[in-house]
Amino acid sequence: MTPSDRFDFLLRMGDSTLVLAQRLSEWVGKGPVIEEDIALTNVGLDLIGQARMWLSYAGEVEARGRDEDALAFRRDAHEFRNALLVEQPNGDYAETMARQFLFDHWHLLALKAMERSRDERVAAIAAKSSKEVAYHVERSTDWVIRLGDGTDVSHRRMQDAVDGLWMFAGELFLPDAVDAAAREAGVGPDLAALAAPWRSAVGAALAEATLTMPGDDWAQRGGRQGRHTEHLGHLLTEMQFLQRAYPDAKW
Amino acid sequence: MYAQMVDTGLKQVAEATGMSPEESAFQARVDADVKVEPKDWMPEAYRRTLVRQIQQHAHSEIVGMLPEGNWVTRAPSLKRKAILMAKIQDEGGHGLYLYSAAETLGVSRDNLIDDLHAGRSKYSSIFNYPTLNWADIGAIGWLVDGAAIMNQIPLCRCSYGPYARAMVRICKEESFHQRQGFDIMLAMCRGTPEQKAMAQDSLDRWWWPSLMMFGPSDAESVHSAQSMRWKIKLLSNDELRQRFVDQTVPQAEFLGLRVPDPELRWNDERGHYDVGTIDWKEFQDVLRGHGPCNRDRIRTRTKAWEDGEWVREAAVAHARKRAERAARAAA
Repeated sequence: MTPSDRFDFLLRMGDSTLVLAQRLSEWVGKGPVIEEDIALTNVGLDLIGQARMWLSYAGEVEARGRDEDALAFRRDAHEFRNALLVEQPNGDYAETMARQFLFDHWHLLALKAMERSRDERVAAIAAKSSKEVAYHVERSTDWVIRLGDGTDVSHRRMQDAVDGLWMFAGELFLPDAVDAAAREAGVGPDLAALAAPWRSAVGAALAEATLTMPGDDWAQRGGRQGRHTEHLGHLLTEMQFLQRAYPDAKW
Repeated sequence: MYAQMVDTGLKQVAEATGMSPEESAFQARVDADVKVEPKDWMPEAYRRTLVRQIQQHAHSEIVGMLPEGNWVTRAPSLKRKAILMAKIQDEGGHGLYLYSAAETLGVSRDNLIDDLHAGRSKYSSIFNYPTLNWADIGAIGWLVDGAAIMNQIPLCRCSYGPYARAMVRICKEESFHQRQGFDIMLAMCRGTPEQKAMAQDSLDRWWWPSLMMFGPSDAESVHSAQSMRWKIKLLSNDELRQRFVDQTVPQAEFLGLRVPDPELRWNDERGHYDVGTIDWKEFQDVLRGHGPCNRDRIRTRTKAWEDGEWVREAAVAHARKRAERAARAAA
């Protein structure tokens, strides 16, 4: 695995966790009940912590002097390698929870696989993260079930959310050359092999939630290759404002 | 001191001669520093005053998340973002402890939140000021949390057990918040000229509202005298404000910032700083709803509550379904 591929691979993990954390931080003070406000922030905080570990390591591998902040705040959208799913707007609580649910189940499987990574740093980050993400899975799954099997209104909103986001889930399981290199080197997971367990876990939760699994498996692709939806640029504009406006400042 | 000018509903301080036997016994226990617990007998005015005070404090924690939330998506480094998220999360937790403490007095959190949205209950005037640059996040921690701690540390010894215990936990976290605020200010003051200017601008805007947080002088206030008799207020507004000024001015000097008060000077005789005249009209205006952000804060909170209604209803409906299924399975 070339250093350049390893760098790219680490960015994929770092950027997905960072962008999702940024989305969750948009909820601050606006949750449906205080307990949820606290929990969303807590999940966001876990993801920020993970993003910092992935991006710091990415910067070391790249060896061009970029630290976690240089990578988070000084790259443009086409240089981001996050999954399209996590950059989708928060929408209502059903959309936020459906996005989290689809991502969390993939995230946990990927981390579990990476706990056995031949790259010790990757294995260590994965081991620490997977403990946190196991809780994220429990929480988002619980909300999908509660909203799916709640009232007529919540059922409709959750079904709409799952239907709308489904096309962004597929790319999580479609490896490109970088993913293939990571898998062959024993560094990253076999993404295609995660599809079946993901489908089974997600399917069981959707069934319990009285929701229908979408039939159309066409997948939007491009996040890990730097071709994003229109939403990412706006997210970065806000997130990167201070670092861009005051490039010489130390905060 | 997220609770300002708490009304006791009384016109004069209750005196021993006019007290019923229960009231006398209650006051004797308070005087002896025995904690009042939820199931103990207490005067109705004591209970109502505590509800008002704790409720204002709880609302302030929740509304106080909004000015910080205004910058959490724009925090300038991942470390600062993580610290700010942790701080805001703590504040949500403080709100929860405090609503729970209020609930031990026979009110419900939902009703208290309705009171907030309907404008029937207050929150600290300070959160009606805007956060306009990143240094404001530093100033909130340094000044606003700093002022809050001044009041809350004595409240750890207040007469009502659940409130005192909530305050012990809250104070531990608040002192961390204050330190992180000062640390942001320090980085700004040691940074570029633009950063230093942001820090000064921030102090210029937050200094006077921070002094107002303690409320007007209450030396003559019946409500404060009664609250002190009940030990739910331990020091006067002026004493707390003086402590805050004495602690904060040297910190501003250390940062190299100018406190925006031309009359501020050390008084050797008193052993305290003298400060200029506080504009109490501004304070009263903000309390009446005429602050820069009153409307936005309540609209944001109300919208969050209304947007969340279907979620809360669904959670209740799902819990009911589960319980029914469990009951059927057991039958």
